Amino acid sequence: MPADPKAVLTGVHFLNGDVACCEGALAAGARFAAGYPITPSTEIVERFASRAPEVGGVFIQMEDELAASIALQGAVWGGAKSFTVTSGPGFSLMMEHVGYAAMTETPCVFVDVQRGGPSTGLPTLPAQGDMMQARWGSHGDYEVIALCPNSPQECFDLTIKCFNWAEDYRNPVVLLMDECVGHMTEKVVIPPAEQIDVTPRHLTDKRPGDYLPFKPCDNLVPEMAHAGDGYRFHITGVTHDERGYLAVTSQAQDKLVRRLCDKIRSAADQLTLVEEEGTEDADVVVVSYGITSRVAERAIRMARERGLKVGKLRLITIWPFPENRVRAVARRVKTLVVPELNLGQMVYEVERVAGGLARTVGVTHAGGGVHRPEDILAAIVEGAQ
Amino acid sequence: MLTEIRFAGFGGQGILLAANIVGKAAALFQGGHATLTQSYGPEARGGASSAQLLISDEPILYPYTTQEDILVVLSQEAFAKFAPGMKPTGLLIVEEELVRVSDLPPTVHVFSIPATRLAEELGKRVVLNVVIVGFLAALTHIITKEAYLEALKASVPKALLDLNLRAFEKGYACGLSARQREALPEETAVSEPAWSEP
Repeated sequence: MPADPKAVLTGVHFLNGDVACCEGALAAGARFAAGYPITPSTEIVERFASRAPEVGGVFIQMEDELAASIALQGAVWGGAKSFTVTSGPGFSLMMEHVGYAAMTETPCVFVDVQRGGPSTGLPTLPAQGDMMQARWGSHGDYEVIALCPNSPQECFDLTIKCFNWAEDYRNPVVLLMDECVGHMTEKVVIPPAEQIDVTPRHLTDKRPGDYLPFKPCDNLVPEMAHAGDGYRFHITGVTHDERGYLAVTSQAQDKLVRRLCDKIRSAADQLTLVEEEGTEDADVVVVSYGITSRVAERAIRMARERGLKVGKLRLITIWPFPENRVRAVARRVKTLVVPELNLGQMVYEVERVAGGLARTVGVTHAGGGVHRPEDILAAIVEGAQ
Repeated sequence: MLTEIRFAGFGGQGILLAANIVGKAAALFQGGHATLTQSYGPEARGGASSAQLLISDEPILYPYTTQEDILVVLSQEAFAKFAPGMKPTGLLIVEEELVRVSDLPPTVHVFSIPATRLAEELGKRVVLNVVIVGFLAALTHIITKEAYLEALKASVPKALLDLNLRAFEKGYACGLSARQREALPEETAVSEPAWSEP
């Protein structure tokens, strides 16, 4: 359905990534945010706090990140589209509730504007050190969807995508920004509301007696009902059956947790967003994401000027990992070069998929800035040999 | 063509807004592309503040400056930190009463303006950044004056627009006379338009 026109700031703007993300959330229908503001994500909630009253939304500054990440889920069950916003140190504290959202199939969005870590690290400087945390930070088996923008425009566009997929899959979705993209100001085009596709909550039309809150549809995702809609249901992080009642057995666990993972894994190809260019006859393909993809692009151009055959594969979807696309590229190249603002995270996923097909080389950076294009170029040159 | 600009000074001097106005003029009102990044200390005022602005007729990839074509410095500290890294044939704009210029290659075009004093004479010190933007606008042909004025209107509160327009015109007039005085050569990297009219 189209977006609510009163929440969409249609026009051409000069916005930073944080503000663009907030505008994306508003356009996507977010009407509740709970947060514990933290650099470099603060501008998102600052903007939401000032814009929310115009659209009937609410922002609550909670006492900490644990409270923020669970208040947002209460709001979801109360009927709102909700999100929270944080950076690495806060994201660490939210991990318990990422798992809770996965287990209770609460559609919600976590925005993590990454900065240098571990711990307090580099509050005002970029890194991409939370890639694996987004996937594995909570305990137990679960899946997340995570997207990674490389410009303010994409912060707007992908935030909408995050909210839509949260509803479609009833799953936590993470927008993995970084300080550079969050604090970078560029032209952002916000289309008219009727051109923005917003996924409504998939509410059941069954009558209260017939509705089982955790009985999956064909796509393995159950329909929702809100608290107060007249349905009897029970939301719990304990392993539960289709009625939502506790079912603490290995059989119930197997049935539930396999479905939670399979609903995302079976949709991996639909969830894959990548940008691929010049890979057909390439010797080397640079696999990158987020701000690093823009630095990598400069290195690719430098390498092409030297006559090297280099392609690019930019991962926009990070989780579920775009295995099929990476494997297809790995089959026809010598080397995959993976620059990232960490000391090696996604490079291991690439290596896992490319194993035996192509060589995988990481170009690491501990964060606090972006790579020198020359460093990525050096890895390309070596990889082409 | 890519033009790299850095604005640097103290927090509170309006560094970021100045860069924002120039970026907005390029990206929204001149049909080009602009990428603005910022860095600042933890203090709200008085700490170091710096903004990097890239403008081009093509989409911009690498988001930071590597060697500035134009450097605008409003503090001695910023001059010491950033002047050595600028292009040897670039344009340097300094706050005349806050920055003493030394040890520069003779090929750098240096222009100074007492922006803070001029802003005070206009009634409010805070518009010193807009005086600087006007000065920059007159010294370079990267962006049209109309685009600057549109960006200014889109950036400042209505109640303060008149003051800001006067600040811009003050800086612009200073820039034009500085150009004539220094007889800035036609064929410098900074005096050429980066792309044609929109």
